[in-house]
Amino acid sequence: MNILVCVKQVPDTTEIRIDPVKNTLIREGVPSIVNPFDGYALEAAARIRDKHPDTRIVVVSMGPEQAKNALKECLAIAADQAYLVSGREFGGSDTLATSYILSETIREIERREGPFDAIFCGKQAIDGDTAQVGPEIAEHLDYPQVTYGLEAELDGETLQVKKETEDGAEIVAVRMPCLVTFTKPAWDPRFPTIKRKMAANRAQIPTLSPADLAGIDLTRCGLNGSPTKVKKTFVPQKKSGGVKLQEETAADSARKLYGLLSDAGLV
Amino acid sequence: MEAKTKDLWVFVETNEDGSAKNVGIELLTPGKMMAEKQGGTLTAVVIGHHTDAAVHAVATHGAARILVVDGPEYAHYTTDAYTIALCALVEKYGPTSMLIGATNKGRDLGPRVSCRLKGGLTADCTALDIDPDDGKVAWTRPAFGGNLMATIKCPNNFPQIGTVRPGVFKKCEETEASAEVIREEIHVDAKDIRTQVLEVIRDMNEEKVDLEGAEIIVSGGRGVGGPDGFAPIRELAAALGATVGASRAAVDSGWISHAHQVGQTGKTVGPKLYIACGISGAIQHLAGMSGADTIVAVNRDPEAPIFDVADYGIVGDLFEALPVLTEEIRRARA
Repeated sequence: MNILVCVKQVPDTTEIRIDPVKNTLIREGVPSIVNPFDGYALEAAARIRDKHPDTRIVVVSMGPEQAKNALKECLAIAADQAYLVSGREFGGSDTLATSYILSETIREIERREGPFDAIFCGKQAIDGDTAQVGPEIAEHLDYPQVTYGLEAELDGETLQVKKETEDGAEIVAVRMPCLVTFTKPAWDPRFPTIKRKMAANRAQIPTLSPADLAGIDLTRCGLNGSPTKVKKTFVPQKKSGGVKLQEETAADSARKLYGLLSDAGLV
Repeated sequence: MEAKTKDLWVFVETNEDGSAKNVGIELLTPGKMMAEKQGGTLTAVVIGHHTDAAVHAVATHGAARILVVDGPEYAHYTTDAYTIALCALVEKYGPTSMLIGATNKGRDLGPRVSCRLKGGLTADCTALDIDPDDGKVAWTRPAFGGNLMATIKCPNNFPQIGTVRPGVFKKCEETEASAEVIREEIHVDAKDIRTQVLEVIRDMNEEKVDLEGAEIIVSGGRGVGGPDGFAPIRELAAALGATVGASRAAVDSGWISHAHQVGQTGKTVGPKLYIACGISGAIQHLAGMSGADTIVAVNRDPEAPIFDVADYGIVGDLFEALPVLTEEIRRARA
């Protein structure tokens, strides 16, 4: 089985601080990481390969040259081959343009690697939080999709995906080729081994430029190919003036809290 | 190219029993304001099977027109069938904008539909308005784990679509139904539905965890200390008719299942009341719950960041405070 995993290099949002004067995000010094949900997608692919050793896992990322660090991490963890797609023309792409570029990239990688049975993505990236690129790639490729996947198992011509729902989970059978987006499963992704890490550091990662993507329509890429435009960004206002209770005992505080909540009509 | 009409659509998700999900009814509230500003008709779209209850709920909460697609192929949500039906409706009627609840299904359907229609989609909005300059929707949403808000416009593609978080808007008062109901016969061949649900697994302890739709949530974090530490949290939740939530620390420690997790790698919630117990308030947790109307924090550490967002806080031991709070509530309700 051939699986392609789409990954994004993202700033570690837990390290982001707000500039108190300018009221903007401070991005300097914020470490870049592999988007955690994409890590779950890679782990899901690796688990299929654990059972079916003839599985091949390819990773692709769209981004600047520096995103190769994220791809190397994926190679160290589980991937067999990595590709970067990069180009000035792609800058400022919204999800529709990004998913179009990635779908064209997938076609080009398939010309080199052979067809993929499944495309795995994280359910969303932790910087944009849109959860749109996965389903939009599926639409461009006309593949069926399953979102919020927890684990996937191969079953002949179909993939059986356990997916999270609002009140539990479902097992969904989906015809291949297909696209699955993954959310956080009950387990942690595996760590890279020293051996894989050393091999990943030496790996040559090809960069695909717009010129490598035969037939790509550049009017559908970048800022001009993006139907949505960011009009403004702002830092949300912090709440202030909350009531903090610290009576002699926590029980006293609780009684007082009940009074306040009850007066406010909240309980 | 402009849209055919100035109508604003609200996609109303249905439950398996054909009733409407809360978020669809909630979205009729901003929908009405937006439709008025845009000079169009507030139209609800109901897709499902045996949808009379949903149609009635929509009709009595402000919809002026209701488009209904009913059939057995829609009884259980599938991306393929719902995308085909919704795109067919959009192509026939040409709305200028559309709101979809940002539930798991809504966020599965939204990008599929907007991509097929080559439209723009803004995910997980928490504020909506119409820009007076051009009459287009101004979609406001959080990014970077809630550290930043962005206002997005979609000036040239139609329909302008957004998914909107449950619990952000309130249902309007029930009124007499006066909506025009249009039934559309759109049917999807079984062969065009490429996924099949083989098994439905309810949450392990048979407990329904509807965090997104919950009006009150009582959550526990590292401070509860272990699986048994959730007992006073469950008691308080039971007294309030609330849903039990948890922080990542509690879930990762294996004290409670991931279905309960609130935060960036869990659920995003917007209840009327959120009670955080033994939760320090890491930014990822705040990203998932800062949309709550009122936040109560119980924590032993007076410096815990959760107090920065809390409307009411108790600095103290949750195991002392919660039973007293539960008792007071039970007594008042007895």
